Parts: sequence; structure tokens; C-alpha cells
Amino acid sequence: MPTETSAGPVIEVAGVTKTFAGVRALDDVDFALKRGEIHALVGENGAGKSTLIKVLTGIHTPDGGRVTRNGQISTIYQEVNLVPLMSVAANLFLGREPRTRFGLIDRTRRDADAAELLRGYGITADVTSPLGTLAVGEQQMVALARAVEADADVVIMDEPTSSLEPREVETLLEVVRKLHQEGITIIYVSHRMDELYRICDTVTVLRDGRNVHSGPLEELPRIELVSLMLGRSVGEIEKHGTTAFGEDHHADTRPVLEARGLTSTPRINGVDVSIRPGEVVGLAGLLGSGRTETAKAIIGALPLDHGTVFVAGKPVPRNVKAATRAGISMLAEDRKTEGIIPNLSVRENIVLAALPRLSRFGVISRSKQDRIVDTFVKRLRIKVSSPEQKVAELSGGNQQKVLLARWLCTEPRILLLDEPTRGIDVGAKAEVQALIDELAREGLAVLLISSELDELLDGADRLVVLRDGEVAGELEGAQLTREHVLKAIAAEVMDDAASHQNRHQNSHQNSR
Amino acid sequence: MTLPATKTDTKTATRTAARTRWLQDNGVYVAVVALLLFNAVFTSNFLTLGNFRTQLVQAAPVLIVALGMALVIGTEGVDLSVGAVMALAAAIIPLYLGAGPLLAILMALVAGLTAGAFNGFLVAKVGIQPIVATLALLVGGRGLALVIADGQLVQLHDPAFLALGTDDLLGLPISVLIAALLAIAIAGLTNRTTFGRQLVAIGDNRKAATLAGLPVNRVLVGVYTLCGVLAAISGVLATSRLGASDPADMGLLMELSAITAVVVGGTPLTGGKVRVLGTVFGVILMQLVRATLIKHNLPDSIAQMIQAAIIVAAVYVARERR
Repeated sequence: MPTETSAGPVIEVAGVTKTFAGVRALDDVDFALKRGEIHALVGENGAGKSTLIKVLTGIHTPDGGRVTRNGQISTIYQEVNLVPLMSVAANLFLGREPRTRFGLIDRTRRDADAAELLRGYGITADVTSPLGTLAVGEQQMVALARAVEADADVVIMDEPTSSLEPREVETLLEVVRKLHQEGITIIYVSHRMDELYRICDTVTVLRDGRNVHSGPLEELPRIELVSLMLGRSVGEIEKHGTTAFGEDHHADTRPVLEARGLTSTPRINGVDVSIRPGEVVGLAGLLGSGRTETAKAIIGALPLDHGTVFVAGKPVPRNVKAATRAGISMLAEDRKTEGIIPNLSVRENIVLAALPRLSRFGVISRSKQDRIVDTFVKRLRIKVSSPEQKVAELSGGNQQKVLLARWLCTEPRILLLDEPTRGIDVGAKAEVQALIDELAREGLAVLLISSELDELLDGADRLVVLRDGEVAGELEGAQLTREHVLKAIAAEVMDDAASHQNRHQNSHQNSR
Repeated sequence: MTLPATKTDTKTATRTAARTRWLQDNGVYVAVVALLLFNAVFTSNFLTLGNFRTQLVQAAPVLIVALGMALVIGTEGVDLSVGAVMALAAAIIPLYLGAGPLLAILMALVAGLTAGAFNGFLVAKVGIQPIVATLALLVGGRGLALVIADGQLVQLHDPAFLALGTDDLLGLPISVLIAALLAIAIAGLTNRTTFGRQLVAIGDNRKAATLAGLPVNRVLVGVYTLCGVLAAISGVLATSRLGASDPADMGLLMELSAITAVVVGGTPLTGGKVRVLGTVFGVILMQLVRATLIKHNLPDSIAQMIQAAIIVAAVYVARERR
């Protein structure tokens, strides 16, 4: 990529550390952004990307380290942060509108300027219509145009293509290239390998709040990039090999869960998953590949365009209540916003989903509750001062166990676990992993989602690999190795010829 | 050297937090006791049976509405239509009073139930924000009440119906007795039933409650319906006490009194917590404040400003909750 890296870095970050409520989001991170480059910033959920961006833009003050800025920074977030009810032109010039002689806003000139400006970005929409009426892709383009017009030297694009149609992606990438030629420096956050390799010069990989790699993208094979993102931590390597985790302990029975053709554009497209009783099936893939969406589709929390979920051969209506009744339970990825009821006690959090069963004529039975809570607190070794303690006061690991107990109370047949060990300490992590194994041995069908490849390889009997919302492969037995998974995740981009027979036949991205 | 300093800091911080929490939980009780003591010393003829009776009779309709409001606020909602529902109940009474007071009361309650269910439908099924959804009925409900009553104030003469507002049972005014029983029932509902616990969970974290498979829509519709019925009961009692059906004035600004009582009683507007006893005391506190000011010959306008100050204080105390 042609880049005249004339002057020094536009932004330089040295040894930056940032801690939130005891959790280290950034740990001694160095990062340098050279003038004129397109810099890819990648990493899984919770790796510290957003925090780093916020440190770069000055929203967060780092706890330690140094940040040097030599330019005007503008961020374009995934969710467009413009004013949807104002006109396109008004959004474009918000805060720096052209004025008339009397100091009033010169609407005629503003609208004419806006129309001309946007034509350069391939947008021909009526600039006087409200921004909200435009397609998401077009809105993103307006945000981009606005950033550039505001004389930004650096534009940060956070997952700009995650909700775009393939055609819109092409336009966006064209615009990014154009900006690049005009000398604007870009930080590009994305998980789409082919986009990164098509436009980026440099890459920085974050993992667990640390910068694990920075360098030219061209020199880094795709498979290695994926490997860096999903890599294992030191503690994990030591543990590996000593665990008897995940041996083949499921019987050769019929699947208890079958999901066929789950489609919810643009997130997932025709995903099939089946799990037998006693089996742990892992869902592998990068962030944004549709892992969480698949689980949500199975439990009925994601509106579907197509697809059916069968439990023991019977179709399940598409809503959470029906799915729960059919025996499906889901441990949500985000414990705080989708899991715990913070102001209720540990007891009430555990019995929440099973309340009707633990009451008579709608009146709750404390003795029944206490009995079942006591059983699970002991069995899952939940550390509480008393079951009446507020759940918000527990550590992450114990909260996770409380949620696990909530689901086990409902006596599910299928357990969907979305990142069950994220953000909990190493000890609790091993306990939760052992527990999952134990539950599967008792006959539960488990779907395990994890960003940590080793957790999947250790924990799962079979892996379904997702890529861009589609199943990229299924691995079991001897295929359950790091190499195979990485290949499946990176496949499309590793071998362009192969991708033609592969998926995406109808996608515009590959026809090029 | 830095370590002990930090330790003291944390200690002071936790102590402040503990004090704040104590005030959040018990502030309303302290305020009621303080106000009673003040009146015992400075107000003549305050500590008399007759006065307490008057205060309670005046507070009863507000309390009944506030109980429903507390439940709605517990789900992170609000019901602005309670005053209009009271007016609807008042307008319906004279239509059926000829067929006997029981039928008249029943029909008024049915009106409340319908109105509440309508609110619940808008909030839960259509997904309109509670403040907007119930605003529709705040405006339209009173309009409908005036249409039903033809804009007239109607004097009521049925002795059995009027007894509801004037007679005693077991030495207590009937309306006060009803309010007390309802408070106990609502407390039981919130703390001891599946419905109550689900309501609180939905208010605290709706997303998690949905993913836990709770019947979110059903609970929401139930809560608003209950709130509507309670408002109608309040409207019936207030009409009976007044001896006339007055849809133009019945329950005017009641929604604000009810919300005030609930908030002052320590139920957070952010949902996830319903304090029934706190609500009872919140109603009593606001009633006592007004009574005290009237007894000291301060005009109503001053009373309103003092009420405002109390609301700000209550919200200020509630602000630092974690």
C-alpha cells in the first residue's frame, strides 16, 4: 500500500493502563498511528478495543501512561451518532452551518453544498429528508462525510460494515480508499478478514487488554492473525493436557435439539445446529460471526426470517417462553444487562425462572425455595454470606454460578452457554468448566460459545464453526485441533480460489 | 503513608453510603414522626381523635391510588391516567345507582379495569412508553367522563352508597378500613406471590426477565389493570364522601399526589423495588404536611411549594443509590 509516512505519528500511546472496577481493560498498551495509514484494530469482545478508542479520543483518561495527539480526531461509531430526525444536510453541517448576512442559517446554500458533497460519496438521496429515512449504509456515509468535512485528520471507524449490505460495503470501502488518498489517517475496527486485508496497511491486535501484535498487515498470514486474536493465555497452556475435559461421553442417540436453516439477515444465514443428549457442541468463530445470534435464535429471542428449532423432533414456537417450556435455557453473554436482577437476592435470582413451579396458586412457597436454593448453592459451591445477599454484591464468577443455578432449577434438557467464563477469575473458570462437563455427563445437551479457542477445544465434543453468519464447517474427533479450527475460520480469505466453490456464491463480495 | 489514608477514605465513603442508604430506607418514617412531634408541641388541638380521623379520611383515596402507582412504578413505568379513571368511575356511578349501589360500584370498577387494561395493552403489546400511553387516557378519560355525565355535577341520594363515605365499621371510617386492607393485600401481592416477584424482576432488569422466560407482557398488563381498578375504587369512595358525582373535579392532579407519595416513600422511579409501607407513610407524610400548614394558617400556595421541596429532597436522597 502506498503510504507516505512523512512526519511522526499522529497519535502515540505509550504504556497506557486503564482499570474499571478492578478489571484491567488496558494493560500497558503501546500504540502508534502513523500519518496517512489505514490501521486495523482487531481483537475479540472485551479485548480492550473500545477502551483504547476512548482513550485515543480523550473520553477516558488513562490511569497510567502517556497519550500524544497531533491532530483532529473524529470517531464514527457502529451505531451512527447523528440526529435522525434532522435533515441530511442539517446533520452534515450541524454546528458549522453556512450563514447569511444576518447571521441566520443559509438553508439554500447548506442544502446545495450538502447535495454536492454527498454526490462524491455516491449518495444521491434528497438532502432535505430526515436522516432517519436513509438506509443504514447511507447514514454511515453521511457520518463519514461529516467527519471529513469537519477537517478531521484521523477518522476512527468502529465496525462500519457490520450492518451493511454487500453492495454498501463496496461503496464504503471505496470511500475509505478515497480518504486515504487524500491523506487522512484511519483506524479501522472490523472482524471481517477480507475487508481488513483489502484496505489496511497496519494491524494492531489486542487481547485481554494487551497489545499482542503490531505491524504491517501484509506480512501477517491470515491464519496467524486469527490465531493472535483467539490466542491462549499463559495459565491456560499450563493447564492444557492435564485436563480430562471433553472426552467423548455422549451416547449415539438422536439429537434432542435440532435447529435448521436459522436465518435473520444480515446477522445469520441458514445456520444448522444439532445436539445430542450428553453432548457439548461448541460454536466457534470470530466476533460478529453470528455465535450469539445463533443461540438467541434457538431460544426464540431473535426474530427470524426463516428456520425452525426442533426439540426432540417437535417444532418449538419462536418465543422465549415456549422455548423455555420445551426445555431450552440460555445463559446470556452479558451477565449484567441480560442475566442478573441486581437488586434481588441470590435466592430470588436463582428461583426466578422456576417461580411458577415453586408456588401454589400464585403464592410463593419460601420453604420450597429455600430447599432448592440450598441444594444449588452447595452443589455449585456459590460463595455467599447468605442466600438473602444481594446478587450485585457477588463476584463475577459467583454471579455466573447463580445464573447457572437459575437455569438448572428449571430442569432444562438443552443448555445454551454464551461465554460462560468471560470476566471471571481463573479459579472460578476452572470450576465452571468442570461443572459444564459434569452436566453434560448427566445427559444435558450443551451448546458452548466461547471466544477462547482452547476452552472450546477442551470442552466440546464437536465444533460448529461460523463465519459471517454461516456455518463454515463442522469438526469432531481428530479434527478438533487448533489448526483445523483456525483454517475453518480463516478459510475464505486463505484461498481465494477455494472460496468460489465455498459459501457466498450469491454474495457480491466474491464476484469481484 | 498512602495506605492508611486510602483506608480512611474508603471507610468514610462506605459510612456515607450506609448513611445514605439508611436515609433512603427510613427517611419517610423519620419525617412522619418528626412532623407528629412538631405538631404535638406547636399545634393546638392536633393530637385529638377527631383530627386523626379527618386526616385519615382525607388520605384514604390518595393511598389507594398510590398503591397501584407504586406497582406501576416498580415496573419502571408510570400511570398518569389515575385521576381521569377516578373521574370515569365518578361519572358512571349515577348511571347505575338506580339499580342499586352494588351494581353501580361494580360498573365503576369495570370501567377502571377496562381503562387499566387499555393502558397495559398500549405499554406491553404495542410498546408505547408508559408516560405517553397513559397520557392519552389522562386527557381522553376525563373527556369521556364529562361526556357521560353531560358535564353536570349530580347530587347522589342513595343512603347505602353514601354510607360508604360517611359511616364507620369497627370504629373506623369505612374508606380508611378499605384503604388499610388494600395496603395489606398489595404488600402481600408484592412480597409473597409469583406475580409480585416477577413484577419486581421485570422492573429491575427487563431484558434478563425476558430471557428468563417470564411472562413479561402478561405481568405488565396485569399491573396496569390493577392500577386502573384501584383508581376506580378510590373514585367510588371519594364520590361517596362528596355525596355527588363530579367528573370535572374528581381526581384532578391525583396522579401527581400519588407519584409524589410513592417517590417520597422510597420506591425508586427506576423500577425494581416496590415499597408498600413506605408508600403508606409517603401518603401520610404529604397529608400531614398539608394539615400542618393549614392549621398554621399558611395558604395553599405555600403548601404546594413545601411539597415541591419535599419531593426534591426525596429524589436527592434517592439519587445516590447503587
